[in-house]
Amino acid sequence: MKARTRWDAVCTVEDLVPESGIAVWTENGPVAVFYLPHRLPALFAISHTDPFSGANVLARGITGDLKGEPIVASPLYKQHFSLRTGVCLEDDTVSVKTYPVLLDGNRIRLEVQATQQQPQAA
Amino acid sequence: MSKKTLIVIGNGMVGHHFLEQFATSPAAKEYEVVVFGEEKQLAYDRVHLSEYFSGSTHADLAMGTADWYADNHITLKLGEPVLAIDRDRKTVTTPASDYPYDELVLATGSYPFVPPIEGNDNERCFVYRTLDDLDAIRASANDARTGVVVGGGLLGLEAANALKSLGLEAHVVEFAPRLMPVQLDTDGGAVLRGKIEELGVRVHTEKATTAIVDGETARLRMNFSDGEFLETDLIVFSAGIRPQDTLARESGLEVGERGGIVVNNQCTTSDPHIHAIGECALWNQRIFGLVAPGYTMARTLSAVLNGDRDAAFTGADMSTKLKLLGVDVGSIGDAHGQTAGARNIRYNDEQAGHYRRMVVSSDGKKLLGAILVGDNSYYDTLLQYALNGIDLPENAESLILPESQGGAPALGADALPDTASICSCHNVTKGDICGAIDAGCSDLGGIKVETKASTGCGGCAALLKNVVDSELEKRGVEVSKDICEHFPYSRQELFHLVKVNGIRTFRTLISQYGKGHGCDICKPTVGSILATCWNEHILATDHVPLQDTNDTFMANMQKNGTYSIVPRIPGGEITPEKLIVLGQVAKEYDLYTKITGGQRVDLFGATLSQLPEIWEKLIAAGFETGHAYGKSLRTVKSCVGSTWCRYGVQDSVGMAIFLENRYKGLRAPHKVKMAVSGCTRECAEAQSKDIGVIATENGWNLYVCGNGGMRPRHADLFATDLSDEELIRTIDRVLMFYVRTADRLQRTSVWMENLEGGLDYLKEVVLEDSLGIGAELEEHMEGIVGTYQCEWKAAVEDPEKRKRFREFVNAPEKADPVQQWTTERDQRRPALESA
Repeated sequence: MKARTRWDAVCTVEDLVPESGIAVWTENGPVAVFYLPHRLPALFAISHTDPFSGANVLARGITGDLKGEPIVASPLYKQHFSLRTGVCLEDDTVSVKTYPVLLDGNRIRLEVQATQQQPQAA
Repeated sequence: MSKKTLIVIGNGMVGHHFLEQFATSPAAKEYEVVVFGEEKQLAYDRVHLSEYFSGSTHADLAMGTADWYADNHITLKLGEPVLAIDRDRKTVTTPASDYPYDELVLATGSYPFVPPIEGNDNERCFVYRTLDDLDAIRASANDARTGVVVGGGLLGLEAANALKSLGLEAHVVEFAPRLMPVQLDTDGGAVLRGKIEELGVRVHTEKATTAIVDGETARLRMNFSDGEFLETDLIVFSAGIRPQDTLARESGLEVGERGGIVVNNQCTTSDPHIHAIGECALWNQRIFGLVAPGYTMARTLSAVLNGDRDAAFTGADMSTKLKLLGVDVGSIGDAHGQTAGARNIRYNDEQAGHYRRMVVSSDGKKLLGAILVGDNSYYDTLLQYALNGIDLPENAESLILPESQGGAPALGADALPDTASICSCHNVTKGDICGAIDAGCSDLGGIKVETKASTGCGGCAALLKNVVDSELEKRGVEVSKDICEHFPYSRQELFHLVKVNGIRTFRTLISQYGKGHGCDICKPTVGSILATCWNEHILATDHVPLQDTNDTFMANMQKNGTYSIVPRIPGGEITPEKLIVLGQVAKEYDLYTKITGGQRVDLFGATLSQLPEIWEKLIAAGFETGHAYGKSLRTVKSCVGSTWCRYGVQDSVGMAIFLENRYKGLRAPHKVKMAVSGCTRECAEAQSKDIGVIATENGWNLYVCGNGGMRPRHADLFATDLSDEELIRTIDRVLMFYVRTADRLQRTSVWMENLEGGLDYLKEVVLEDSLGIGAELEEHMEGIVGTYQCEWKAAVEDPEKRKRFREFVNAPEKADPVQQWTTERDQRRPALESA
């Protein structure tokens, strides 16, 4: 079956915090949305779940860049994750899922996998 | 090609370590691996066996999990003992079946030696080896009052500890004239005996048991060869081990005269397809009864099976460092001075129960061995000298003297040879670190990634940094004091830039003096500097993204993403009304509640969105934030002082509350702790704090720069008999000088030690105002005290700030699905185990 995606509106510009992240709930689980106004692109979305602890906390990490790569540092054990690729800088065998994100007027939209299955022929 | 079969007999610590090594090696693909274990449980940590009685379960002690075996395609057959080996057919036989092998590894370990004493088969006689043994001892201890351990060696004392933790009156009976005869000499044994008897364990030396018979006052009586006797309810034999070599013996493998499966340097027995490792193996006429040599054999054998022709076991260092019944004992190399011409240096403080002996070579240049009782802090340095053959300093005795009597500090990084082990978790030597530097690593972070050093327990972090700094400097690399890649400045330099240029935001600072967008190192540092300089609310829009999560949400994040809350309770004084409110709030939100070491109450398990609601209630009851999340003043601990105590000479609680209210909210390079004691009995433990105040008949004595934690340090006496005003002024100056000049994450102790001139210099600056900045420091502090605001009060009153506390901004009612709970001792705790 072909995977279907949808662009879901998850929040508005007013919900974002400049240079930091917020968490939203999607059909694919919790996602962290970061707004870095001094970069282009300025919006990033990655899974909110820290793979090292299993806790939903990545939106609460400190953002910045390391050697030019936009990153967030996990607030629990301080590993850095690329906001572009989701790869952990300290251990490239670990990564978090990234989500395409766009600004649609005042709304922030994420591209999520539709979990609703198509009716199948018996 | 069909796979070969590797069978391992024995699932103890060494057998398990072998599997860990082998499973990740290339040869693992060529073999089906089958493991037979006699015990029902998976391999567990026998070294910490006595913890089983103090609450550890098999799961705590387990070395691996069933999942690990499954993931590595290892077939595990527990509770299925191997009965025989048929070397001609290359099979092993169990009660269930015959299994063919291509290669066979014997890791059968050892069994406890039970002396041939009449009556040793009594149902109340035990050995101390397996979890089953411990279960049997525990069952028998239920209706026992006393217990005897036969054997005063390492394991015997462990066993005595176990009996003690079961609530029994414990005795140790030793045949030799002293305890731990293998590791210790007469004086060391005597000191250890004194210490152990202080703990309530009775020691009987030079006793040979001749018979065990029914007792009169207890269940059993032990008769000794000297005509005396001892009555007890149960007996544990711990009189040494014997190699478990029965299978090898019966299958015709070569075994030693006194037991042990003979192996060569490749850990292979007299049959080229059968190998033996650990305590069952006899190498060079020696059995190794410690776990570390067994691990070395396991690594060697794994390399051998991978075709490494150079792999060889060539003996092992038997130096040990351990804590027996809470007493430090260490033994290094030739501890008994058996080398020809060896000479001794001894330090013996019977009062404190400290004994140290160095065995040095006849020319006095090398350390051959050492014995330590009572204080193992000397062990690491001595071991480096002995293992690496480093030349001893001229006054070698300083290595075992207490520091107050001219003892030498730890070995500097430069003096260590390349073979010196820096990180024992990942077995990284100084040579490995130098290699990484030569291969292009030029900073601590890179070296950690490359060598894995200091990524295990982290205990070697300071030593690693010393080695790296010293090696970089040697290579002419200027050791960068830059705080990170974004700012070519130290914290102190940034502080000056902010202060002098009146910079109020991170963006201004980085655009003028840095590059890039910042990171989790520089952002909180600058956030802290801005807070100290301008004292604006930390949730002001510009400052929010600078803070660690704990500062941003003004609570302490726990492993499952929830937070803990610590309201300020100045000086630890609290009204019953307020205490009731804490209880009510904790109950309403089902918060796990614990009293902290700083005389306050910690409430755990609040979700992000609950924080403002909870604080609304706490603030309504008169509470303020306790800054437990911040690099700032935590608590001022106090004893009850002269208002109640018969001995108190000043009102310590009153002073503590005053100090806590004065310095609360002050942002610093690291956390700051204080305490005030009402008399010299020092019940508030002020000498372990950054700022410690002890009352005298004439006023206050001030101590500075102490701390607890990983590297405890007593505070230094700074000034005596100060009046209230003098005390406050002095603390103002010390604290503000610290806040302005210390490095990021530097506690006051390290800061002071790094000041050129140390304590004396600090006294000059603060007490004599040698820099002429005293008034300025006081004025700066006064400004901060005057602009204090409770961050939580400001946050709950501001709807914009409250918005930050939404767990999911688009689903306010959604509960975080990973926050699962379980109940322990009547309170809630996280069930999340993946951390």
